[in-house]
Amino acid sequence: MIVGVRSRGARLRSAAFGYANIIPFVFFALFPFYYMVITSLKNDAELYNLKAVPFLIETGVITDHYWYLFFKTEFWTWMKNSLIISVVATSVSLVISTLAGYSLARLRFPGVNSFGTAVFITYLVPPTLLFLPLSQVVVWLGISDTIWALIVTYPTFLVPFSTWLLMGYFRTIPREVEECALVDGATRMQTLLRIVLPMAVPGIVCVVLFGFTLTWNEFIYALTFVSQTANKTAVVGVTADLIRGDIYYWGSLMAGAVVASVPIVIVYVLFLDYYVSGLTAGAVKG
Amino acid sequence: MAVGQRVLEVAAFPRAGRLARVREWWEQEHVFGYGLILPALLLIVCLVAYPFGMAIYFSLSDYWVGSPGQFVGLDNFREIFKNDVFHRTVYNSFVFTSIAVLFKTLLGVWLALLLFRTFKFKRLIRGAVLLPWVIPTALSTLAWWWMFDSLFSVVNWTAIRLGIISPPGPNWLGMTSYAMTAVIAVNVWRGLPFFAIIVLAGLVSIPREYYEAAEVDGAGSWGRFRHVTLPLLKPVLAVVILFSTIFTFADFNIVQVLTRGGPVNTTHLFATLAYQTGLVGGNLGQGAAISLFLFPMLAAVVFFQLRYIRRE
Repeated sequence: MIVGVRSRGARLRSAAFGYANIIPFVFFALFPFYYMVITSLKNDAELYNLKAVPFLIETGVITDHYWYLFFKTEFWTWMKNSLIISVVATSVSLVISTLAGYSLARLRFPGVNSFGTAVFITYLVPPTLLFLPLSQVVVWLGISDTIWALIVTYPTFLVPFSTWLLMGYFRTIPREVEECALVDGATRMQTLLRIVLPMAVPGIVCVVLFGFTLTWNEFIYALTFVSQTANKTAVVGVTADLIRGDIYYWGSLMAGAVVASVPIVIVYVLFLDYYVSGLTAGAVKG
Repeated sequence: MAVGQRVLEVAAFPRAGRLARVREWWEQEHVFGYGLILPALLLIVCLVAYPFGMAIYFSLSDYWVGSPGQFVGLDNFREIFKNDVFHRTVYNSFVFTSIAVLFKTLLGVWLALLLFRTFKFKRLIRGAVLLPWVIPTALSTLAWWWMFDSLFSVVNWTAIRLGIISPPGPNWLGMTSYAMTAVIAVNVWRGLPFFAIIVLAGLVSIPREYYEAAEVDGAGSWGRFRHVTLPLLKPVLAVVILFSTIFTFADFNIVQVLTRGGPVNTTHLFATLAYQTGLVGGNLGQGAAISLFLFPMLAAVVFFQLRYIRRE
């Protein structure tokens, strides 16, 4: 019985050790968000008072910064732009990459491996390598300074990523299921739409989630291709247009950062497990 | 789709000729296969490969915003190589990437090991730890910017109260010796979850028996980590480090929001310098030449990745 007691003691000590070590990480991860929220709810007098404790709100919670953001800036226009861009770019990319991913994962034809490699290489190309020429491409296409500039260019990083992710999911579906459908007289397209796709739903959910997140968060293209305030995305609008001269509207700036993050936080809280599995699959599989 | 299908079938009945043949042609594996990748291929050719070609052309011309330039050979590169700001950027990029990736690797493995232990609030803790990776980087960097403010920095306030530094404390983003530290800290904060989650997946896939066998052989916890965990984690670590290297090297968001490359160019990376030169300054030719310096790193990473994948 002494063994049992000792092992329980050891287990407790081990758990305490684990908690003690994980807490700094959790604090490190969450503090900037906490600070963001608290700043957005503080009045300016307290915000710029060197004697106040920055971690707390001592003189009462106010919502003035949010009122300013909502009614004195183009914030909702930016949010609307972001939403349209994310939804359209993600949907288009989903269709393109489902077709390509299925083809590359399942069908046999000359060159299929080289195409797979090409998709993988494109996946690794950072957007910062191509933003200068793309800024000229959108000028030539006549869509510069509109939200279309972003809808057209976002698939350049979404499609390679989504195709890569979906290839992994398609490969896990047993081939026999498709072969049965084909033998029964279904066309290839029917097999893909009615047999394979329903089985790849987790992969598709992942692609939609990551597509939405990546497009909503995108910064360099949105900063570069659009300069008109009315056509900006939420991230760029908050980052670039709420700052004026030397005076920082820290309260409303942090309010903007909070609200512009909310859509992502909601999706994230609802689908946390998909984020974890998609992240793992995207990087490791293949 | 269903409607098109029915039309096809009805039409095929009286004139079994052409439509049936089209359908038969489309049903061939290679035709169908090429057909499905065509949209993706067009996208990659038009909006990735072609712009890449353009970047090379720009870098060899004196192209300015609004005025298509002429071919000038390697003039842009010659000018860049003479430029002190560019030298500083090369130095910054390597310092930034190597230190940030090193910290992300060490802390990432440590965090993954901690997450691997069973906790009561496992899902909650994972969710919290992954959050910096999900929230828009530009926005969370705004919070960091405020935290590093020259006058109201909460970092300094805390450090002064704890007696670690004497007031007023460093001006993080305004002093050459501290700005790089700040930028690296934010990058590590943002990239750590990616490492931790993927290494965690690697840890989960290690069979328990290996640990039991090591324990029987008398290995302590360090011994088990050194001789079981680490060797089996190597492939996953290699992938994660390669991935992170290219995306850290090509980082833009954090530096752009936090310091714009300053103070005195001590935090410029290739991407921010290319933005500064090509778009703010309007010199597209030189900007493109600068951004092309990301390419060798990309090529190296692709080379290792492909070799590694092929070996699998």
